[in-house]
Amino acid sequence: MTALAPARPPAPQGRAPGPLLLGVRHHGPGSARGVLAALEAARPEAVLIEGPAEADALVALAADPAMRPPVALLAHAVDDPGRAAFWPFAAFSPEWAAIRWALGRGVPVRFADLPAALTLAAGPARDDGEEHAPGADTAAARIDPLAELARAAGHEDPEQWWEDVVELRGDTDPLAPFEALAEAMTVLRERYGHGGHPRDLVREAHMRLRLRDARKEFGDAVAVVCGAWHVPALARRTTVTADRALLKGLPRTKTELTWVPWTHRRLARRSGYGAGIESPGWYGHLFSAPDRPVERWMTEVAGLLRESDHPVSSADVIEAVRLADALAALRGRPRPGLAETTDAVRAVLCGGSDVPLDLVRDRLVVGDVLGEVPAAAPAVPLQRDLDRLQRRLRLRPGAEERALDLDLRGETDAARSRLLHRLRLLGVDWGTPTGGRAGTGTFREPWRLRWEPELHVRVVEAGVWGTTVESAATARAEARALGAGSLGEITDLAERCLLAGLTGALPTVLGALADRAALDTDAAHLADALPALARALRYGDVRGTDTAALAAVAAGLAERICVGLPPACAGLGADAAAQMRDRVDAVHAAITLLPDPDLHPTPDPSTPDPSTPVADSPLVARWAGVLRRLVRGERVPGTIRGRAARTLLDEGWLSEEETGRAMGLALSPGTPPADAAAWIDGFAGGPGGGLLLVHDERLLALLDGWLTGVPAEAFTDVLPLLRRTFGGYEAGVRRTLGELVARGPDAAAPGSAALIPGFAADPDEERADGVLPLLHLVLGPEAAA
Amino acid sequence: MSMPEAIAQPGAGAVTDTGPGGPRTAAEVLRPHAEDAFAHELAALAAADDRPRPARWHLSPRAVATYLLGGTLPDGTVITPKYVGPRRIVEVAVTTLATDRALLLLGVPGTAKTWVSEHLAAAVCGDSTLLVQGTAGTPEEAIRYGWNYARLLTEGPTRAALVPGPVMRAMERGAIARVEELTRVPADVQDTLITLLSEKTLPVPELGEEVQAVPGFNLIATANDRDRGVNDLSSALRRRFNTVVLPLPATPEDEVDIVARRVEQLGRSLDLPAPPDGAAEIRRVVTVFRELRDGVTADGRTRLKSPSGTLSTAEAISVVTGGLALAAHFGDGVLRPSDVAAGILGAVVRDPAADRVIWQEYLETVVRERDGWKDFYRACREVGA
Repeated sequence: MTALAPARPPAPQGRAPGPLLLGVRHHGPGSARGVLAALEAARPEAVLIEGPAEADALVALAADPAMRPPVALLAHAVDDPGRAAFWPFAAFSPEWAAIRWALGRGVPVRFADLPAALTLAAGPARDDGEEHAPGADTAAARIDPLAELARAAGHEDPEQWWEDVVELRGDTDPLAPFEALAEAMTVLRERYGHGGHPRDLVREAHMRLRLRDARKEFGDAVAVVCGAWHVPALARRTTVTADRALLKGLPRTKTELTWVPWTHRRLARRSGYGAGIESPGWYGHLFSAPDRPVERWMTEVAGLLRESDHPVSSADVIEAVRLADALAALRGRPRPGLAETTDAVRAVLCGGSDVPLDLVRDRLVVGDVLGEVPAAAPAVPLQRDLDRLQRRLRLRPGAEERALDLDLRGETDAARSRLLHRLRLLGVDWGTPTGGRAGTGTFREPWRLRWEPELHVRVVEAGVWGTTVESAATARAEARALGAGSLGEITDLAERCLLAGLTGALPTVLGALADRAALDTDAAHLADALPALARALRYGDVRGTDTAALAAVAAGLAERICVGLPPACAGLGADAAAQMRDRVDAVHAAITLLPDPDLHPTPDPSTPDPSTPVADSPLVARWAGVLRRLVRGERVPGTIRGRAARTLLDEGWLSEEETGRAMGLALSPGTPPADAAAWIDGFAGGPGGGLLLVHDERLLALLDGWLTGVPAEAFTDVLPLLRRTFGGYEAGVRRTLGELVARGPDAAAPGSAALIPGFAADPDEERADGVLPLLHLVLGPEAAA
Repeated sequence: MSMPEAIAQPGAGAVTDTGPGGPRTAAEVLRPHAEDAFAHELAALAAADDRPRPARWHLSPRAVATYLLGGTLPDGTVITPKYVGPRRIVEVAVTTLATDRALLLLGVPGTAKTWVSEHLAAAVCGDSTLLVQGTAGTPEEAIRYGWNYARLLTEGPTRAALVPGPVMRAMERGAIARVEELTRVPADVQDTLITLLSEKTLPVPELGEEVQAVPGFNLIATANDRDRGVNDLSSALRRRFNTVVLPLPATPEDEVDIVARRVEQLGRSLDLPAPPDGAAEIRRVVTVFRELRDGVTADGRTRLKSPSGTLSTAEAISVVTGGLALAAHFGDGVLRPSDVAAGILGAVVRDPAADRVIWQEYLETVVRERDGWKDFYRACREVGA
C-alpha cells in the first residue's frame, strides 16, 4: 500500500493521483463549501463518508426529494431500542453536502466508519437515548485539536479561530485549506497520538480497510470526507493484517439503522445530544446564503423583529451592517462573525436590550428547522419498543373502540396504565381516560381504547424524542415543562408524569414548576396549582413513587400563597370574590393534606383548647394566620371573610366568642346589606353548609342569636339576603333547621317547651296570625297550600 | 434674558479650545478632566499606536478600547483600566463613534455611564469638556447656540455675537460632544438633536448661515433606563443612536468591593466613625440586592420575583451609609442587621402593594431558611410586619 500524500492541487483532467482526503470539521459550513468545491474540482468516482458502515444500504434515501435535513442516522440494538447512537447531519454538514453531491452525479457513496454493530456493542448501554454519537464529534475528544491549533496560533477561543481561518475564508484554491489542515493535524497526531480516545485507533483501522476496498474497486479517484483529526491516520502506511488484527474479536450486537428527522435545536449544544454547535441557524445561513451573508442575515433579523412588533427601518439595517463590519475590523477579524453581528443587532436593532435579542437567538441563531424523512425509511425503534410493550402487556391495537377497566393494584394493569399515560404524553392518543377525576385515590382507572391509523404517524413523529416509550415520554415531558406557558400547565404535567411513572422527568418538571411559581405574580394561579400538587402527592403515595421533591415544591408553593393571598383578596367584585372563596377552600383542603417535613406526625391529638389554636405544623400555623387576616381584612369581600371565619371555626382555631364577634361585626347595621349577606353566604352557604348548621348547634346558636338581635327595622333589609343563602339548602335540611329553630336554642336540654326563653306557655293566636303574611312572602304561595 | 446670564455662559467670551488643562496642574482642581489626569497614558498610547485612525481621532479605535480596558503597551507603559466590565461593550461603543450613529449609554444609576462617556471623549478627541448637563430646564440654546446679548444689541446678529453651545463647537471642530442625562431634557429640546444628528448640519437662520459638522464629530448621550416619569426618547431620536446598556457589576465580589469603598469614602466625608466590622453586613445587603435584582438566589437554585425598584449598587451604598449613621448615632457603633433592615425595606418596597408581597415572599422563602441570617430575618420582620 502506498503512503498517501496529503491532497494536492488536482491535475488538469481533474484526477488526483491518490485518494482525496478531505478533513473537515463536522457541521462546519465553511468545510461544507470547501468539500463541495474540492469534489467539483477533483471529480472522484466514489465518496467515502465517516459514518456507520451499515448505512450504505440507506444512503439512497438521502436523494429522496422527501428527505430534508437536518436528519440523523439512527442505529439501535434490535433487542434493546434504548441502546442507540445518532449521526446527525444538517444541510451545512460537509458530510451531507458530499452525500448529496455524489448522489446527484451517480457517484457511489460508502460509509467508512466502524459498523454500528460494533459501536453499540462496545458503548455503555444507556436507556436515556442520550448517547453521544461516537463518530459525530471530533471536538469532543479529550485533546481538543482545534483548541490546540488555536492556542498555537495565539487565539483563546478555538471556535472563533476556526471561524476566522476556515469558515469565513473567501474561496481561492479549493484544496489548499484541506492541505494546510492535514499538515497541522499530522503534527498534532504525532504529538498526541490518539489524544485520549483509544477507540479512534480501531475506527481508523476500519476506515483504512474500507478505503483499501474502495481503491481496489475505483482506483485512486476516491474522496474521503472525515473529521480532520482522522486525516493523518488515513494517510498512514499500515498493513492490512495489522488493521485486521485491531478489529478482530470485537463484540457485535444486532443493530438496525434508519433515518430520523432531526432539529436545529438538537444540533445545538444546549440540548441533550447536541452535535456541538451553538448556532446551527447561523451556520445554515452562512452555507445557504449565496453572497453578502451579513447583509442577508441583518435583513432576516429585521424581518423577525418587525414580525414581533419591534420597529426596524432599513436605515437601521444599514447601520447594523456597518457596525458589524467596523467591529470586525476593530477586532481584527476577516469578516464579521456571529459575535460581531450579534453585538450590532443588540446595539442598533434592539436598542441595547437583551429581550428582543433572545428572540433572535432562539429563532434565527439556533432556529426552528425541523427535518423530514421519507416514508420509505425503516421503522423507528420507538415503534419496535411499542410493539414489544403491546405484546408483553397483551394490549393489541384495534381500530374498533373498546373500554378497558384497569385495576391499578395489579402489576400488569399498572404497567398498562403507565404505557397509556406515556403515549398520551407523546401525543399518541390511543387511550382516553374516561370517568373524570372525581374519585381521586381510587384504584380503578377506566379507559377507552381506539387505534387510528394516523397514530402510526404520530409514533414516527414521536421518534425524535427517544428510542423507547419511556425515554421519549421523559424527553417530551421535560421539553414541555421548559416551554410551558402557564403554571397550571406544569402542575398538570407533573401530575401526568406521576401517572405515567416518569420519575426521570420529575426533577426537570418540578424545577420548572418551582421557577414558574416563584415568578407568577398572581396568587390566584398559585392557589389553582396547589390542589393539583396535593393530589399528585397522593397519587405518588398510591403508586409508591418518591415524592419528597414534589412535597418540597408544594410546601414552597403554599408559602407563597400564604404571602400573596391576602393582598389578592382585597377589593374583588362579587364574581371574582366567589371564585376566590372557592380557591381559599381548595387551598385549605390542600394545605391540611400536605405532609409536613418538620413536625410529623403530630404527637398528641388531645383536646385542643379552641381559644388558643394549636396548629400541627409551621405551615398550617401560617395558613391559620392568613385566614385570621382574611377575617379581619377591611377590603376583603364579605363572602371570603365569612368563609375564612367558618374554616377557622371548623378547625377549632377560632373560639365561639371570637366567631360571634366577627359575625356581629360583619353583620352590624353599618355594614352594607349586600356585604352582610355575602358574609352569611360565605359562612353558612355552599354545599354542606345547611347540614353543618343542622349538626353544629354552636353555629346555629350563633346565627340564631344574631338574627334575633337584628332590630325590627333592619330585618326586612336582611331577609332577602338570608333567603338567598338558606334557599340553597335542600328541602329536608331546611325543614330540620326550621324544626331546630322552632324548638329553640336549648332544645337538647331536658324540660318542656315552656322553658324556652321568649315563648309563653300558650300560643298567642293573634300575634301568630300577624306573622302569616310575612311567612307567605318568605316561603312563597305554594307553602300556603 | 439678562446680561449676567449671558456672561455666565461657559466659554462665552474666552473661546479657549484648549480646555481648562493648560498651565494648571491636576492637583489644583478638585477633580481634573480625564484627558489631564491620564495625559501620560494617552500620550504613550498615541506614540505606540500604528493602526489607522478615523479623521481627527487622536487614537485608533483599538487604542481607545485599550485605554478604557487597560493593558500594557510594548514600551512597558501600564494603562490602567478605566472601566471594569465586558470587553464587548467597550468595543461596540468605540466602534459606534467611528460610524454614522451617535452613542447612547443606558444603565441604572451607578453603572459608570458618565465615567465611560468622559473617557471615551478624552481618548477619541482629547477633550471631554464639550458637555451638556441635561436637566428638566435645559434650553435649546444649551445644545445649539445662544447670543451674547451685549454684542447682539450693539452689533446686531453677527458671528461674533453668537455663543456656540458645546454640540455646535464639537461640530465645527470634529470632536465628540456629550449630553448627560438625555432623558431628563424636555422632549422639544431633545427633538433639536434629531435633524442635527441625521443631517450633521446646524442652521443659524439669524445669520443666514449654517454650521456643517466636520468628520470626527459625534455625540455620546447617557440616560437612565429605569427612571420613570422622565422624557422617554422618541423612536425617531432613538434611531439616531446605537444603544449600549452598561450592566451592573458582574460578580458579588466586585459589587461588595465597590460598595465598601464608596461607603468608606462617604463615611469619611460625613464624619461617621468607621465600623469595626461592617463587611458581613455589606455583603448581606449586596446579596439581597443582587438576588432581588437578578430574580434568582445566589446559588442559582430558586427563582424570585424582582421588585419595581432599581436596587442599583448606588442604592446599596446609600442603604449601608444610612445604616452606619444609625449605628453611630443611635446604636453602639457596630453595623447590625436592624440598622440596615429599614433601609433595605425602603429600597425594595417602592410600590406598596406589589413590592411588599415580593419582599415578604423573599423573606419567607429565602431569608428565613438561610444559615446565619436569623437575626436579619427577625430585624426585617420587625420593620416590615
